[in-house]
Amino acid sequence: MLRYSINRVLLMIPTLLGVAVLVFFLLRIVPGDIVEIKLRGDGGTVTQETIELERKRLGLDRPLINQFGTWMVGMATLDFGDSMWTERPVVTEIAGRLELSLQVAIMATLIAILLAIPMGTAAALFRDSWIDYTVRLITIGGLSIPSFWFGMLIMLTLLGLFNWLPPITFTPIYVDPVANLTQLIWPALAVGYRYCAVVARMIRSSLLEVMNEDYIRTARAKGVYEKLVVSRHALRNALLPAITVIGLEFTFLIGGLVVTEQVFNLNGIGQLFVQSVSRNDFTLIQGMVMLIAAFYVFVNLAIDLLYAVFDPRIRYNS
Amino acid sequence: MTVVEADKDVRGRPDAQPGATAPLLQVEDLHTQFHTSRGIVRAVEGVSFSVDRGEVVAIVGESGSGKSVTALSIMRLLPRLTGKIPQGRVTFDGRNLLDLDDEQMREIRGRDISMIFQEPMTSLNPILTIGLQIKEPLQIHLGMSDDEAQARAIELLNLVGITDPERRLDQYPHQFSGGMRQRVMIAIGLACNPKLIIADEPTTALDVTIQAQILELMKNLSRKLNIALIIITHNLGVVARYADRVIVMYAARVAEQGPAEQLFHKPRHPYTMGLLRSVPRLDHPRGSKLETIEGLPPNLANVSTACRFAPRCPFRIPVCEQEPPLYPTDTGSLSRCHRHAEIAEGKITWSSLGGVGLNFAANTEAPVLSVRHLTKHFSVSGGLRGASGTVRAVEDVSFDIYPGETLGLVGESGCGKTTVGRLILRLEEPSAGEIHFEGVNLSTGSAAELKAMRRKVQVIFQDPYSSLNPRMTVGQIIGEPLHVYKIVSGRKQNEERVADLLENVGLRPEMAERYPHQLSGGQRQRVGIARALAMEPSFIVCDEAVSALDVSIQGQIINLLEELQRKFRLAYLFIAHDLAVVRHISARVVVMYFGRVMEIADRDVIYGGSLHPYTKVLLDAAPVPDPTIEKQREPRLIKGELPSHLAPPTGCVFNTRCPLASQECREVIPPLEEKRPGHFAACIKV
Ligand SMILES: Nc1ncnc2c1ncn2[C@@H]1O[C@H](COP(=O)(O)OP(=O)(O)OP(=O)(O)O)[C@@H](O)[C@H]1O
Ligand code: SF4
Ligand code: SF4
Ligand SMILES: [Mg+2]
Repeated sequence: MLRYSINRVLLMIPTLLGVAVLVFFLLRIVPGDIVEIKLRGDGGTVTQETIELERKRLGLDRPLINQFGTWMVGMATLDFGDSMWTERPVVTEIAGRLELSLQVAIMATLIAILLAIPMGTAAALFRDSWIDYTVRLITIGGLSIPSFWFGMLIMLTLLGLFNWLPPITFTPIYVDPVANLTQLIWPALAVGYRYCAVVARMIRSSLLEVMNEDYIRTARAKGVYEKLVVSRHALRNALLPAITVIGLEFTFLIGGLVVTEQVFNLNGIGQLFVQSVSRNDFTLIQGMVMLIAAFYVFVNLAIDLLYAVFDPRIRYNS
Repeated sequence: MTVVEADKDVRGRPDAQPGATAPLLQVEDLHTQFHTSRGIVRAVEGVSFSVDRGEVVAIVGESGSGKSVTALSIMRLLPRLTGKIPQGRVTFDGRNLLDLDDEQMREIRGRDISMIFQEPMTSLNPILTIGLQIKEPLQIHLGMSDDEAQARAIELLNLVGITDPERRLDQYPHQFSGGMRQRVMIAIGLACNPKLIIADEPTTALDVTIQAQILELMKNLSRKLNIALIIITHNLGVVARYADRVIVMYAARVAEQGPAEQLFHKPRHPYTMGLLRSVPRLDHPRGSKLETIEGLPPNLANVSTACRFAPRCPFRIPVCEQEPPLYPTDTGSLSRCHRHAEIAEGKITWSSLGGVGLNFAANTEAPVLSVRHLTKHFSVSGGLRGASGTVRAVEDVSFDIYPGETLGLVGESGCGKTTVGRLILRLEEPSAGEIHFEGVNLSTGSAAELKAMRRKVQVIFQDPYSSLNPRMTVGQIIGEPLHVYKIVSGRKQNEERVADLLENVGLRPEMAERYPHQLSGGQRQRVGIARALAMEPSFIVCDEAVSALDVSIQGQIINLLEELQRKFRLAYLFIAHDLAVVRHISARVVVMYFGRVMEIADRDVIYGGSLHPYTKVLLDAAPVPDPTIEKQREPRLIKGELPSHLAPPTGCVFNTRCPLASQECREVIPPLEEKRPGHFAACIKV
């Protein structure tokens, strides 16, 4: 198990390397130039000379391969460079926003899992009853309603009913938990809805399948309480495929965040991403893509390890 | 018995006299239906029988006759939404189980009645430890503490013959072999000292040697602990050996029931008579042709009011248009046949089919296929732990097959039978050794020679369903190779040839329009045979070709294979685990164990005077359908299970289970030697 985990961590290196190459060169192919935007963006007239000077200062005049080398060497020493726009370290830029986005993501995940398990289970156990139909309706909504639209709906409702508007500034949870939670619960709900729908549907279908397994019949034949049949024998098995979906969807949350943060006026990773792309801030984009890639790979590893924890057939495979 | 139970009994059935004389279980007029989208399936209709304390009752019958549904109805484990019991009563220990509420029924399950299922591989929860699964009923029904339950679980595992139980309790089902999982299932069944165990095909998925061990164990335990046993099976040998009484089901009804001795020696229903005649038997001289019950059982979604067996019954008379009741017979049995008295008087019997016997002339010709030192190793690599090794699936196998001959290949699962077949079919590359087909070495032959060989060597698989493309009609399935290999030209000719082939395998030409799912198992197997015949082969590998079929259908297919062999001078390699079937069809037999050939000889020599200890053990483990013989037999001698391929035994591969094994057997690998003319065996002690 340990050796396997180490192997998997080592395997991450080539994956991340590939991502680095890809993002670096793709960015340079896409038209647009940060210096142009920076100096001429607001219609100012600047001489070509100034622009050349600025490019030189940012190191953009060097051969691509050199630039790439510098970036890689930097990353190896955990130096991700400075943002080309604000000229503050990329790490600082990201760290300032990560907390908020991560919190929304985690809250969304918790909401999704906590709602999806009972919903999916109830729908499967009372198949074709009104409970099942309600759950199916809710989850189909989650799949078909875009999260930004749902977010706006929440916003308008809150505004209409309580005259509530999202605060401009972010209050960390350790400063004022109530203020923090009232601020972030809504965006978490907006992105968590789809998440919850996907997971609930997965649990419903895998539980339906598991309930037909021979070992469930065995458990009933032993006289096990029906509640225990579901919780101990069926649900544990049914959650295995759900783990994969939970993990995969977690990484997709980032996409949902980009838009939802705009809607709720949150200054998180999503907004940072949008900003840096519109400014062509190469170093910052690169840094963020690497962060997301690393995150993605780690979540995948976590899924596999979690799977092994839950499934002895994988744990003891010999 | 508690007061509450007695009360209930009086209320539920005033005329009953609960007490020691009443049977433990009494099923009366049980009807079970499934409400499906395609209509109501009447899976069980008017079934009545009783089981005394400590008695062993067997239920036999063809697939779909309602055996399992009867068991599930008693346990009230039918699918909630579709399964219904509109009528009947199931009195167990004085209480009508059908009147109990869910909670009362739950208390009975696992405590008073336990059930053991057919599929040991899927009947245990894969992610819970064996220990938890055994302790569960103890804690739920008997309120044992964890320590008490642990002690009892260890005791139970010892009882069912699992060594090192303390360590085993912490393991998971996938770490156990099929036979051991079935032992665990038995341990769970015994946990609370039930009064009745229902075992639904408890050994069907297991090898003969393991089957013998498991059944022996169940019977001993039930005798020792005075537990009544209902064994559901289609293996008449098992019934003969273990049952006191037998219930024969046909198309949702009881066709005949009575004491085992009587039923086997003096059957009073044509179906029972036919069933007993259609199994190939190890204890009778081999007949020239298997006698069969022609036709198929009726569809339960729509049955006529006539005798249900009438369409297949050779004794049908006009009065059979009315469904017969269960008549008491002279033998103390019950028979659902109007003519039971005439059967008793011996006025009507199944005519002997006679037929042409297969003549095995001495093999003077060159063999169609000869295999020399065939070896196949698979390298396996483990998952997370990274354990790896070599599986020696086939090791140094040599034999010849002559034109028009059947060579039987028997052995337990995992002994390499199927791999040998796949190597011959070139579905697998041999690691070493040679295969010559009609004189051509298949590993060095030219492309043209190999192409010709591919046509002449065909295969029939075990599972007729998965080997036929579900989206093609029967006509397309059979016609496709004709077209690809340009055996016929033109559409018209193709159709004619397909019709011709269908007729050869006993199907009507209209069948060409049907899809595989519209056919029964036996019909699908016939289509598989027709497809193989289309290529005009000279040699066919039959890999467990009849294993998945019911007894009466199995006989039909075996007869068909023999008839085709005579007609087209086909050679067969007949791979199977059923010794009686192999004996019936083969001229010579190869016995394999753990990748190696143990013995090769003429059929009658193998079955009459085998030399190798493994062959003897194998033959000894197979029960024969005769209660008189079976009840006098000594307990089986085979012990233990197949060794692991990753840690193969040194020396003779059979030494871990051989009754004659000595130190020498662990040191030398016995060569396959010609002990007598034409009789080869690999054992140093014979
Ligand atoms: N859940 C179900 N829904 C609908 N029909 C069913 C269901 N279970 C069983 N049946 C039908 O009930 C009939 C009896 O089935 P049953 O399983 O009792 O047969 P069996 O005698 O046990 O056969 P086998 O030897 O194959 O186990 C069959 O026609 C089967 O198709
Ligand atoms: S009642 Fe008639 S058709 Fe039915 S089994 Fe007896 S003889 Fe055959
Ligand atoms: S060689 Fe030894 S172990 Fe092998 S079969 Fe013969 S007696 Fe048994
Ligand atoms: Mg069954």
